[in-house]
Amino acid sequence: MIDLRGITKRYQMGEETVIALAGIDLFIGKNEYVALIGPSGSGKSTLMNLIGCLDSATEGQYILNDRDTSSLTEDELAAVRNKEIGFVFQSFHLLPRQSALQNVMQPLMYRRMPDAERRRLAKESLANVGLSDRLGHLPNQLSGGQRQRVAVARALVGHPSILLADEPTGNLDSRTSSEIMALFDALHSNGQTVVVVTHEPDIAAHCQRTIRVFDGCVTEDFKKLSRVT
Amino acid sequence: MNIFKEAFRAALTSLNAHRMRSLLTTLGILIGTAAVIAVVSLLQGLSDSIASQFSDLGGNTLSLKAVNDQDNFRRRRLNTLSISDVDILQYQVTGIERVAPSLMVNNSIVSYKGRSISPQVFGTNTEYQLVQNRYPSVGRFITESDDKGSRRVAVIGEKVRDELKLPNNPVDEYLLVGNEWFKIVGMMEKQGEILGFSQDNYVIIPFSVGRSMMGVFERPYMEVSFTVGNLLEINAVRERALRAIRNSRHLQPGKEDDFKIEAADSFVKQFNKITGIATAVLAGIVSISLLVGGIGIMNIMLVSVTERTREIGILKALGATRRDILLQFLLEAALLSLFGGLIGIVIGLLAGLGIASLIPEFPPAHVPFWVIALAAGFSALVGVIFGIAPASKAASLDPIEALRYE
Repeated sequence: MIDLRGITKRYQMGEETVIALAGIDLFIGKNEYVALIGPSGSGKSTLMNLIGCLDSATEGQYILNDRDTSSLTEDELAAVRNKEIGFVFQSFHLLPRQSALQNVMQPLMYRRMPDAERRRLAKESLANVGLSDRLGHLPNQLSGGQRQRVAVARALVGHPSILLADEPTGNLDSRTSSEIMALFDALHSNGQTVVVVTHEPDIAAHCQRTIRVFDGCVTEDFKKLSRVT
Repeated sequence: MNIFKEAFRAALTSLNAHRMRSLLTTLGILIGTAAVIAVVSLLQGLSDSIASQFSDLGGNTLSLKAVNDQDNFRRRRLNTLSISDVDILQYQVTGIERVAPSLMVNNSIVSYKGRSISPQVFGTNTEYQLVQNRYPSVGRFITESDDKGSRRVAVIGEKVRDELKLPNNPVDEYLLVGNEWFKIVGMMEKQGEILGFSQDNYVIIPFSVGRSMMGVFERPYMEVSFTVGNLLEINAVRERALRAIRNSRHLQPGKEDDFKIEAADSFVKQFNKITGIATAVLAGIVSISLLVGGIGIMNIMLVSVTERTREIGILKALGATRRDILLQFLLEAALLSLFGGLIGIVIGLLAGLGIASLIPEFPPAHVPFWVIALAAGFSALVGVIFGIAPASKAASLDPIEALRYE
């Protein structure tokens, strides 16, 4: 699955070189439920962007599903994102002028899939998050929890290898947060690999494995034996 | 095709979300296209109508006219053609098939049952109908024997019949022309109007009668139309005619011609030249307008790309390639511009029709389909050209930066 080998990421900030990631080795297997935690500036966002193929490493190898992504072009990375990664963002990032259904159909468009097929899969995916009755609603007609569920449906519509969630509950109240996390739990038990970036301990507590990043290094990596619900 | 359809839909959605802004942006394109369509429709209507009026004049017809400069007018010594010029064309220039002189009979009042008008009265021979390709619709034309026998017969235009309230079939009625009675023997086919002037307001009489009516002291205005037997020889015949007439008029070498021989369709050619120039000038103005319009579109598209940075980031995260983004924004710019063009075409058409109907006797406006297609295509092209910069800016955005953009 996700295999990071000696990943280093350096930025040039004016005169200064910032080391965001300093040689990370990490393996995440199939159907793992991982929380990526760490304070801001620790490099966890950079790590998430790398795992999500939004960014590529300065040094090191990232092998995703037996494929080395380090040498891919921008458009090849786009194709990998489309097929392998499902993103869920803190602020939902739905397309504002498109209905829930159209939002969920969007990623399949980049697979050049026929319209009817896209519609069918999108409806199915929305049904899986319990939003069959909100297909035609625009994002601003939905509640925060509903929006995030649309985002989850959109992330999963293409059956990606990894569901990558960046602070998925950051903009939600506690009740909706637990709804979303319950959804993640359910997805995981259905075999989905889930990586959640968070700084909230109770969110991390849902996950089986917690990886703590600090100053660009993995400082802690532990697995729970049984899940607390 | 699917991706194209989706990009098209996305572009429509986005334009629809900013209707007012889109309209204002495309105003430059709109005004430019409207202006060109309106003017082209008027010019084209005019030139169609003129071309159709002249289309029955054959390409093998030439006409000889006297030329007067301002000096002549000032001294009131008008230079005219004489009967000998007609004879020279008729008998001395080879290659000429038919010769039809038209002798204007000045100041002639034409009356019938107490009504009087002053149409153009001219004398000509029987060849006139063949040379001018105009024939009587009722009755007959002037014959050779009419001319030889100086018979007082007349062939009238339809306008004369209408104005004098002659019967529908005016043949065998009698007209008073000047102070002589003429029997109507025929009426010519209707010519219609050019620029509001009726082409049917005339009375044709035999050439010999015209000459006798003008008296000895007058210098009547005369034009001679003639046809060339072989169209391929037209220039040679014209040269020969020029030389023969110069000789008969005793023009010294180096002295300018005081007459001219021109093709009958030269007016149409002249007119087409004018409309051609007008169209070229217009094209220049329109291209400036489209340039300004295009810059407006580029500007608003750059704003739009900035506004939608995060949206672009989302699309990239979902797997959109550079090409996908590029296509969507190019299409949006092209559509924006095309809409302006289409609205402009409609406004231009309406304006053309409106203006043509406001000016009395103006021929109806007419736009050839290819002009509309060209205008629409051109406005879309402007959108594509000026959309390139914003679209490539959008396509090359870094997904992480774009997602983080507030």
